[in-house]
Amino acid sequence: MSLKYEDVIAKYEPVLGLEVHVELGTASKMFCGCNTIFGAEPNTQTCPVCLGLPGALPVVNEKAIEYTIMIGLALNCSIAPFSRFARKNYFYPDMPKNFQTSQYDEPICVNGFLDVEIDSNEGIKKFRVEVERVHMEEDTGKSLHVGGATGRIHGADYSLLDYNRAGIPLVEIVTKIVPGTGKYAPEVARAYVAELRDILRSLNVSDVKMEQGSLRCDANVSLRLIGSDVLGTRSETKNVNSLRSVERAVRGEMIRHAELLNKGERVVQETRHFQEDTGLTRSGRSKEQAEDYRYFPEPDLVPIVPDATWIETMRAALPEKPSIHRKRLQEAWAVPDKEMASMINADVLEIVEATVILGADPTKARGWWLGEIARIANEKEVAATDLPITPKDVAEIVALVATGDLTDKLARQVIEAVIAGEGRPSEVIEKRGIKVVSDDGALMAAIKKAISTQPDVAEKVRGGNVPAAGALIGAVMKETKGQADAAKVRELLLKHLGQ
Amino acid sequence: MAGISRDDVANLARLARIDMTPAELDHLASELGVILNAVARVQEVAGQNVPPTSHPLPLQNVYRKDEVVPSLTPEAALSAAPASEAQRFKVPKILGEEA
Amino acid sequence: MIIKRNAADMAAALANGETTSVALTQAHLDRIAEVDKDVHAFLYVDTEGALAQAALADQKRAAGKKLSPLAGIPLALKDVMVQKGIPTTCGSKMLEGWRPPYDSTVVSKLRAADVVILGKTNMDEFAMGSSTENSAYGPTHNPWDLSRIPGGSGGGSSASLAAFEAPLAIGTDTGGSIRQPAAVTGTVGVKPTYGGVSRYGLVAFSSSLDQAGPCGRTVLDTALLHETIAGHDPKDSTSINATVPAIVIAAKNGNVKGLKIGVIKELQGEGYQAGVLNRFNESLELLAGLGAEIIEVSCSYFEYALAAYYLIAPSECSSNLARFDAMRYGIRVGDKSGVSAEEVMNLTREVGFGREVKRRIILGTYALSSGYYDAYYGSAQKVRTLIKQDFDNAFTKTDVLVSPTAPTTAFKIGEKADDPIAMYLNDIATIPVNMAGICGMSLPSGLADEDNLPAGFQIMAPAMKDDRLYNVGAALESALLSKWGAPILSHVSGLGARA
Ligand SMILES: [Zn+2]
Repeated sequence: MSLKYEDVIAKYEPVLGLEVHVELGTASKMFCGCNTIFGAEPNTQTCPVCLGLPGALPVVNEKAIEYTIMIGLALNCSIAPFSRFARKNYFYPDMPKNFQTSQYDEPICVNGFLDVEIDSNEGIKKFRVEVERVHMEEDTGKSLHVGGATGRIHGADYSLLDYNRAGIPLVEIVTKIVPGTGKYAPEVARAYVAELRDILRSLNVSDVKMEQGSLRCDANVSLRLIGSDVLGTRSETKNVNSLRSVERAVRGEMIRHAELLNKGERVVQETRHFQEDTGLTRSGRSKEQAEDYRYFPEPDLVPIVPDATWIETMRAALPEKPSIHRKRLQEAWAVPDKEMASMINADVLEIVEATVILGADPTKARGWWLGEIARIANEKEVAATDLPITPKDVAEIVALVATGDLTDKLARQVIEAVIAGEGRPSEVIEKRGIKVVSDDGALMAAIKKAISTQPDVAEKVRGGNVPAAGALIGAVMKETKGQADAAKVRELLLKHLGQ
Repeated sequence: MAGISRDDVANLARLARIDMTPAELDHLASELGVILNAVARVQEVAGQNVPPTSHPLPLQNVYRKDEVVPSLTPEAALSAAPASEAQRFKVPKILGEEA
Repeated sequence: MIIKRNAADMAAALANGETTSVALTQAHLDRIAEVDKDVHAFLYVDTEGALAQAALADQKRAAGKKLSPLAGIPLALKDVMVQKGIPTTCGSKMLEGWRPPYDSTVVSKLRAADVVILGKTNMDEFAMGSSTENSAYGPTHNPWDLSRIPGGSGGGSSASLAAFEAPLAIGTDTGGSIRQPAAVTGTVGVKPTYGGVSRYGLVAFSSSLDQAGPCGRTVLDTALLHETIAGHDPKDSTSINATVPAIVIAAKNGNVKGLKIGVIKELQGEGYQAGVLNRFNESLELLAGLGAEIIEVSCSYFEYALAAYYLIAPSECSSNLARFDAMRYGIRVGDKSGVSAEEVMNLTREVGFGREVKRRIILGTYALSSGYYDAYYGSAQKVRTLIKQDFDNAFTKTDVLVSPTAPTTAFKIGEKADDPIAMYLNDIATIPVNMAGICGMSLPSGLADEDNLPAGFQIMAPAMKDDRLYNVGAALESALLSKWGAPILSHVSGLGARA
């Protein structure tokens, strides 16, 4: 029986550390001109450089430097006047040179911070997450493990390697340890990654798709007894591929650590892998001996000494911070805190904004994205933003409801049909013959039929029991197959019954 | 005196991924001891105030534009592969951690 | 016999129609067929490719196209330089059968200049050695005495010149691998300024020291080849983006009047063969007689150069050679059911690398490992700074510096095979140039009294002042030739009647 979270936080204080890897959205790779298209046929985006062929040499992609500096600036970092690449030496078949060109003791950006907010029972709470460094490196290839039961590495018969991803520019953003989050550690971790993702998206430097691995988070967690200043042993959880998983992974590790500590056992410093299905982490294969990366300055590349004017130009061109942007939207739309928080939580703020920009009323736009569309997304277990319905579709639907050409109920049908791939809203309406029954004659016929089948209800309404009209209205809506405007039906019905 | 034991050499061989027989380890341990003694004299003059040189020329900020250039064809990329399958490099099972 | 001429004379013969490139190339192929079983300068002879290139050069000439000065001239390429589709082994079993899918920049430039590449020359495995005995494919023999070494690592290239198998050759020089073989074979070799010739496609041994360069039988031939391969390459981040000095003009001028020539006190005396020093001193007298001012300078940190070199080069090589892991190219050993990738890497690297390579990889792994980095690699980098400062100081008082190239003439094959330190001492006078990234030349100074074998005279000039090497070299060469009456190579005796 696992320990309750409340019991963990009653005794221990969690200490967080987060390492986020971001694949930059450059057209070409970090050190060569190969394409970076996601999902391309295997080994079609490789060359002597990114295959690590003998004799090949790297040349730095200037855009990658620019993007990294932009990230550093957006995270309030100092930009190093002098930084260098270093080789991190270790053998792994997905790494063609058997060293990763990375940065070591001379990273390009240092000492920044990111303020995050979480929505708690005690209201909005703010935390400052300090950023230790932002540095550049290159991604590895991808291995496919063949044979064995699970398709996983263990038990595989052999592996197949695709180096399309090898050499894609990667930025690693490392926080300092984050103390003082208390019971909110899982939420803070999530909020940090979410805020970071929003910033990266606003900078347009990455497509930040966690599910495709262009944003990856490693969560370091340790516990210490409340009141103690001795840091506990940390574990590093990899493979955390969604915001929800970040929160679950941190919570799960806190509980696992507490259970070990309560039993008087030691937490092992190790890498663990997050399991999406169970929400638990699994120990990585522990290495019998420690790695020694033997870092040294990359002799094939020269130092980066960014021009101060260049940095200031980039600083001046930084987009509005997502947090400030959100405040502005909240005011403009007059949305209460809670509602704002649920949009952020559901990760639909950006798409709602896009819908509003296309002319939709903010409240209505929010309603659809958080309501019907979110419901379908939930059913399909995907993000609302990944459904095949666009802000333009939703704006169109909102407009049709506003003009009375669609009822809310019909609008829901249209949304479902759009998501089912039946076409854009106008096409769906056309194909399905959806239209609001607004012909008074047709409505009156249906009303009279409803009264004749439920005369007792009609009597009650005539007698002043207006709420009883609901049953009759329902019958009319059923009769008109939902294509009537309920408000209009109600108006006609009450008038007919003398109310 | 820079001494180097057989276990040290075994650990280095592990880091460098080279199998070595016990005889090779012994031989190399003694050879490396001699070589390290000879090269350790760099420490005599490597004072605190001497900056390190990792690169012979003072070049900096050498970049390329973010432009896509044609890659190798997958056939060319895989042409020297000891084994391949499904347009991928085929390698023996990997023992290390999942990436 | 046309093969005994200089490249410049061959070029003139091609230009005036006396011969064709096909005939010239065939003459060299015949010579290779005749003598290379004794010399073993070549690892691969590309008969078809060479004749095709020659035919193309002849065609262009017939069509009246403007041609480069070396168009149609045959050349031998050190096997460390990648040539598309042509086996490239670096003298290692590891790369047996590897045919690279791309051209090195040097090869591209040679092709663009219509130079005919005869084949690939033997070398110490991955350029590690001073005798070419470390080739996995057997040693190269010195044409002066087949029982002796031709120097290394580029023994194949220099031996091919001395045996008249090729009039020009490409070498690479990390600690003397062009100059020392030139010295012991009575030929000319230049290590250009670091960054002067592209390293793209040069299979790296020690990236911060490696430099490709020209080898020839005369200073002018070497200059013509140097100018052909030099220049900025955007594929090599350490390539110098500046105009190539006027090398050929300097080689044609050869005027030392008023020039200050510094003799490095530390690079003579103990450990240097008397006959080598005699020829060196005679050359100095000749230069003085031509109006040069001879000054003695001291470079006190040079005595640490060898030690620093044998930390830096192995460190970089331990990382550069990590890519040879049996996954993507090269040989694969022990791949059978149940054997892991890691085990296959270990087995392949055990079998694929020779003793010297393994020795240096292990040494470099040690020098970079945590806890030893500062004491070894870090200290060696500091020594590098001190050596640079020594050169800088010396060049404030002089235009060029000189020394014997190698302490001795060619030794017997096998003589130093079991004594790595004795072997390393061969490069004592050449290494400082690589450490500082400056340029150096070796040209023959005559035959040593003791053994009638060639001795080398080394000239060193500041970075990007490669023209000074040729100016001084040409002056000395001309003075020596007047003294000797015939080129030194007319005394090559090892090939007996065939020469
Ligand atoms: Zn590439």
